[in-house]
Parts: sequence; structure tokens; C-alpha cells
Amino acid sequence: MQQSITPQHEHEHHESMKVFGFWIFLMTDCILFACLFATFAVLRTHTDSPFTGNELFEIPGFTAETFILLTSSFTSGLATLAMNKGKVKPLIGWLAVTVLLGAAFIGLEINEFMKMVSEGATISTNAFLSSFYTLVSTHGLHVSVGIVWMIAIMIQLKKHGIQSVTKRKVQVMSLYWHFLDVVWIFLFTVVYLMGVM
Amino acid sequence: MKDFFVTGDPLIYGADAAIVVTVVAIVFVLTYFKKWRWLWREWITTVDHKKIGIMYIICSLLMLFRGGVDAILMRLQLAMPDTKFLESQHYNEIFTTHGTIMILFMAMPFMFALFNWVIPLQIGARDVAFPYLNALSFWLFFFGALLFNISFVIGGSPDAGWLAYPPLSELSHSPGVGENFYIWGIQISGIGSLASGINFLVTILKMRAPGMKLMKMPLFSWSVLASCITIIFTFPVLTVTLALLFVDRFFGAHIFTMDGGGNPMMYVNLIWMWGHPEVYIVVLPAFGIYSEVVSTFSKKKIFGYTSMVFSMMIISVLSYFTWVHHFFTMGAGADVNAFFAITTMAIGIPTGVKVFNWLFTMFRGRIRMTQPMLWTLAFVPCFLVGGATGVMLAVAPADYQYHNSYFLIAHFHQTLIGGVVFGYLAGLYYWWPKIFGFKLNDRLGKWAFWLWNIGFYVCFMPQYALGFMGMTRRVYTYGWDMGWAPYNLVSTVGAFLMGIGFVVQGWQIIYSIKRGERDLTGDPWNGRTLEWSIPSPPPVYNFAKIPEASEQDAWWEMKKKGIKPTATSYEAIHMPKNSGIPFLMSVCWFIAGFGLTFHWIWIGLAGLAGVGICLLARSFQYKTEYYIPAKEVSRIEAMYRRGA
Repeated sequence: MQQSITPQHEHEHHESMKVFGFWIFLMTDCILFACLFATFAVLRTHTDSPFTGNELFEIPGFTAETFILLTSSFTSGLATLAMNKGKVKPLIGWLAVTVLLGAAFIGLEINEFMKMVSEGATISTNAFLSSFYTLVSTHGLHVSVGIVWMIAIMIQLKKHGIQSVTKRKVQVMSLYWHFLDVVWIFLFTVVYLMGVM
Repeated sequence: MKDFFVTGDPLIYGADAAIVVTVVAIVFVLTYFKKWRWLWREWITTVDHKKIGIMYIICSLLMLFRGGVDAILMRLQLAMPDTKFLESQHYNEIFTTHGTIMILFMAMPFMFALFNWVIPLQIGARDVAFPYLNALSFWLFFFGALLFNISFVIGGSPDAGWLAYPPLSELSHSPGVGENFYIWGIQISGIGSLASGINFLVTILKMRAPGMKLMKMPLFSWSVLASCITIIFTFPVLTVTLALLFVDRFFGAHIFTMDGGGNPMMYVNLIWMWGHPEVYIVVLPAFGIYSEVVSTFSKKKIFGYTSMVFSMMIISVLSYFTWVHHFFTMGAGADVNAFFAITTMAIGIPTGVKVFNWLFTMFRGRIRMTQPMLWTLAFVPCFLVGGATGVMLAVAPADYQYHNSYFLIAHFHQTLIGGVVFGYLAGLYYWWPKIFGFKLNDRLGKWAFWLWNIGFYVCFMPQYALGFMGMTRRVYTYGWDMGWAPYNLVSTVGAFLMGIGFVVQGWQIIYSIKRGERDLTGDPWNGRTLEWSIPSPPPVYNFAKIPEASEQDAWWEMKKKGIKPTATSYEAIHMPKNSGIPFLMSVCWFIAGFGLTFHWIWIGLAGLAGVGICLLARSFQYKTEYYIPAKEVSRIEAMYRRGA
């Protein structure tokens, strides 16, 4: 009953404020990655032992990771399109595809790390590898958090349907996901491509 | 067990006893008066920015006490040559915790207390943009500070200086848990600070009263905006720096180590990329406070409003480009040092503009010598000298002489105490009646003011001389032959004067709770901005009706035109619900930090899992708001009017 007194725009103003706040959070995350990139740039030649990027990185592996993550960004875009059309089922479906692609990406990354470790290239081997592992796994950790988050949103979509709150959540989530994609493009270029050059 | 608790020092045993007695006393009082439920419902779960501000101020004053005791202990040790009061290890721990606590656990929460008290009221809003996040910020700070502070009785304090430079802070040189406490204590509270920065930025940009254009906004709000922008750009750097140090210590990585190709100077660069802007983060709000106080107590509009705004924004941008001046001696080369010397000196220009504006505001004003005004007047000459010695330090070649000497110590204490602490105290005295509904006693306040001020100069002026005589920072003892004894003794006397000043302030607060002059008007200072248009202390929703604010000094203009802020009819008010999750999530962070500090991996992971569960639990909550019905609003408003 009291709900009816409230102007609808106040609520929407609140949701849009949250999206704005999230944009600012993404900026802080951007600076976080910038610092890790700077550290990597300083230390990438500090190998102090036989292990260098050229020997360790395998082109098929990181290329596959790149394609999978880029595709997941595309599918999360399709999810947003479905949401804007008001269709819950395709929305949840495309989110599910995004989650699976994200999980595949994480699987490949873990596989890559395990292979490197088995070759003796661990985080404590040299400064290059220390900065490599911190930078890449910070991104991987972000993706993993994103996967859990996306599953939580899917459950909420099932329960509450598409309404102002869930809409904002999907919007914010996809911002986050695209951001991680952009960070990966830099990782792909600076860490891997320049590493195998 | 022997490694777990710190043993062997009678001072620490004394502290142990004091902690146990205090905890038992608190538990007893809460149980005896049946206040547990009250504590949970009214304070721990609150999302009200005014209450959160009060909790920040309590913690900040406690931390000022702890940091102050550290300072007194150091001054006792240095008062005379060859003193055997503290051992070198204990001295190292004390100067480390003194610095860290004063900046991160005293100045930062003091600042956030004032943000919380004032910003929503000053811009005509009912709360901050994200009240739940605001509570989370507070509790993260609280448990971060707790984690840092327990280190001196459990596990051992950090002892590698307040910025923990490697390789000293690396596993090779600090194998104990002290540095881990440092990393996690700051990391946890730092996440809270970052969230507060985002929160207040959005609040100021999106929640101003109708008509309040940015260039009509009160200068304190502008200063908070500048400070928040700086927080947003720099706190992620701190997060990364500490995380990398932890990766080094926990996983044996080689990012900042001396071996394995690591680069310790990378850490020093990163930490100062945060650390230098950090001092502007804390001083900018102080500048905002001075602007409000000067204008109110000179009964004049602030002189040069636009130049005030621009100078603050210029300071906040320039602050990113000065970090290397903390280590000119790194040897980055003449070109790099010249660049950073010039940017450092350039910051003096906008600051100078502000000082002239404050002076011109006072010129031909009707000055009232209230407590906030006293601190503001004391700030001007103090900061002037602090700034001038800063320019001396900025001359890169000369800095090779001053570097890490007591000259530097005197300089930064002069800017941080004379600039930040004086400003925050001015703000505390100024807004205290708004939040608590009574003024702080004037006579005691004047005693405290003069003790602090005289004590300050007695303490720090000799330190400039000591710097020139060759005394370097962080020495724990010195011989008679150095000739430093008389200066050090005088300096210690000054530290005690400031300490007495602080005690008087504690007494002043207790005294004023009983006998302070009550504020029944809501406008005890004849103020100019919107926070003075509502009753003190304000109702939970702040403004029964959101005011229009189309003029600078909106409340002053309303008073001039005879507009009354009261309304005849009210609407239901939309408010956020209380939540226990911020507290529980921060407890989980504390557990995680504690576990990782001691390398108890399972406890650390359990804590992190708890954090994740709290995040998800919140995500699934949909009914997080409620409405105060119009009837209730009009009842509360009528009650206030009867009171007045």
C-alpha cells in the first residue's frame, strides 16, 4: 500500500546510481591491472635463470584461451540483447553459455599453469615468472569470481524475472565481463605475443 | 604458545593486563545494563551515515591515543643520550606502528567521520548513495585496525617502518608475522577506504539537492570530491603493492626481493604513488573545513570561490606527479629528479592561492573567536612554515642533505599536524553540535588549544635544528658527544604538552556531555550551508522535505529572505534497512587476514569463503528498503518543533 506512494523514478534513479558506481569501481580495477602490468613490464626481462616467455608459452594454448574469452564476451552481449527484448529464457540460456565458456577458459589456464610448474617454472623461480603468475592469475581470479556471480544472477532471474533490480544486475555483470575481456586483450598482447616474439 | 604471544617486556605485560581488564569491563557493562541487543540493533547493524560517523570518530580518537602513546614512548627514549628505556627492536616497532596508525587508522577514519557527518547534510540528501556499502567500509576499517593493533600482543608488531620497504620487509629480513599483520591490517581497511571513496563521489555527483549546481556547492563538499577522486585513483595502487609484497612473503616470489631478479625500488615507487597522494587525500578535506569555518566566523561569503575550487582540483591532479621526491636519492638521474622537484614546488602555488583566499575572507570580516576559528587561525602560520620547508626539501640537490634527517620529520609533522589534525579538530568542534546537539566546552577547549599549539612548536622546532646537526630519523639512541641532548629534551617536553592537550580534550568531551551548552536551534553558529537548516541532532531521514538550493551558501540566503525550512504536509520517506552483513563479512575478513598472517591456510580460506557467502547472501536480498509513513514524519517533525 505504501509502495504506491513512491515515485517510480526515485527507484530507477537508485538503480542508475549503482551502475554509475560500478563504472567507477571498474576504473579502480583498471588501475589495479595497470600497476600489475607496470610491474610485469619492469620485471619481464629479469629471468635470472633459463626460463623465458619464449620457451614457456605455447601458442595454441593461449590462442584458444583468447578465442574462448572473446566468444564469451559475445554471448554475454547476446544475453543483454535478450534481456532488452524481455525474454527471460534466452537470457538465462546465453548467460549459461557464457559461464561455460568462462569455465573452459579457467580450465585451460589452470592446465597451462600446471604444465609450466611441472617444467620447473614456478612463481618462486625468478622475477619474470613471479610477475607473470600474479598478473595472469589476478585476471583468472576475476573471471572465476565473475562465474560464481553470474550463476547467482541466473538463479535470481529464474526467481524474480526481468525487473529493474535484476536488469541492473545483468547490466553491471556484463560491464564487468567485457572489462575482463579488454584486460585479456592487453594480457594477450603484452604478456604472450611479446613473450613469444 | 611462546611464539604466539609476545613475551618478555614488562610494557607489553602491562598492555596485556589493560586489554583484558577493558574487555571484561565492556562485556560486564553491556551485560549488566542489558545493552547487547541495543548495541546490535542501533550500532552494529546501522546504515545511518550519522551513526557510522560517530563510530568512526570514536575509533579515530582511540587510535590517536594509541599513536600518541607511541610518540610519547619514542620521545622518552630520545629525551636524553644513552637512555635504556626501550630496546632497539621495541623502538623499531613503535616508530612503525606510530606512523601507520596515525595516517591510516587515525587520520583516515577521522576524515571519513567528517565525510559521514557532513556530506549528506550539506548537499541536502537523506543518506549517502550506498548506505550498506558505507557500513561495510566502516567495519572493514574497524577489523583492519583491530588486526593491525593486536600484533603488539600477539605475534609481534611490524618493525620495518610505516611503509615497510623491502628488502627489510621481505621474508629474508623479517621472517616473523609482524609484516603480515601490516599487510592484512592495511589491506582490509584499504578496501573499505576505496569503497568509501566511490560512495562519496557518487553521493556528491548524483544526490545534491535540486538547484545545487556543482559551482554552487559548499567548499567542504568540493574538497571531499577532490579527495575522493584522489582515493579512487590511488588506493588500487596500495592494494596491488601490498598484495605483491604478500605474494613475495607467502609464495616465495621474487618481485621485490634482492635475489631472483626482484626489484625493491619497484615497491618504493609503487607505494609512494599511493603514499604521496594519500597525504593530499587527508589534507584536502581539511582545506574544505577551513573554508567553511573562515566563512562562517567572518560572517562573509568565501573570498575567491572559483579559485578555491580550481586550486583543489589542481592539487588533486598534481599530487600524482610528485611521488619521486620521497627518494631523490634513489639516483634516477638529474632529468627525472628535476621533473619531480618542479611538480612538487608547483603544488605550493594552488596552496598559496588558498591561503590568500582565507586571509582575504577574514579581511574586514566580523571575526568570532570560537574554537573552530582558533584552530583555523593557528593552522595558517603553521602550514606556511611546513609548506616552506617542503619547498626546501623539494630542491633535489639539497635534499641529499635533508633526506631522512630530523628536518624531514619536523617538516611532515608540521604539515600533517598543522594542516590535517588542526583542520580535523576545527571540523570536530564545528560540526559536533550538529551531530550531538550540544557544544563542547569553551574554556577547556581553549586550554587544549594552547597546550597543543605551544606544545607543537616546542616539540618540532628543535627537530629542524637536529636535522641540520645530522640526526637521522629512526635512530633509537645517541651519545653525549653528538651535542643533540638539549634539543631532544626540549622536543620531548613539547610532546608532553601536546599529550596533556589531548587529555584535556578527552576531559572536555566528558564534561560537555553533562554540561555542554545545548543547541536547540539547529543553527548554533549562525551557519551558511544546508546542514544548519535542520535540527541537531538531525532526525534519521535528515530532511523531512528536500530543500531547494540554488544559491551558494543556500541556508544563509534562505535566512536573509526569511524562508522557513518547515513544511505543512509530508510525504513517506524511502530509507535503507539495517543489515548485519557488513559486520559479519568484516569478521570473516578478519579471520582470513589472521589465518594468512600465521600461515594457517585453512583458517585463511575459511575466512575468505565466509566473505564469499556474505556477498552472495546480500545479492539474494531483495527487500532492503522501507518507508517511513508520512504520519510518522509529521509526528517526528512536530516533536522537534516543540523541542525548539
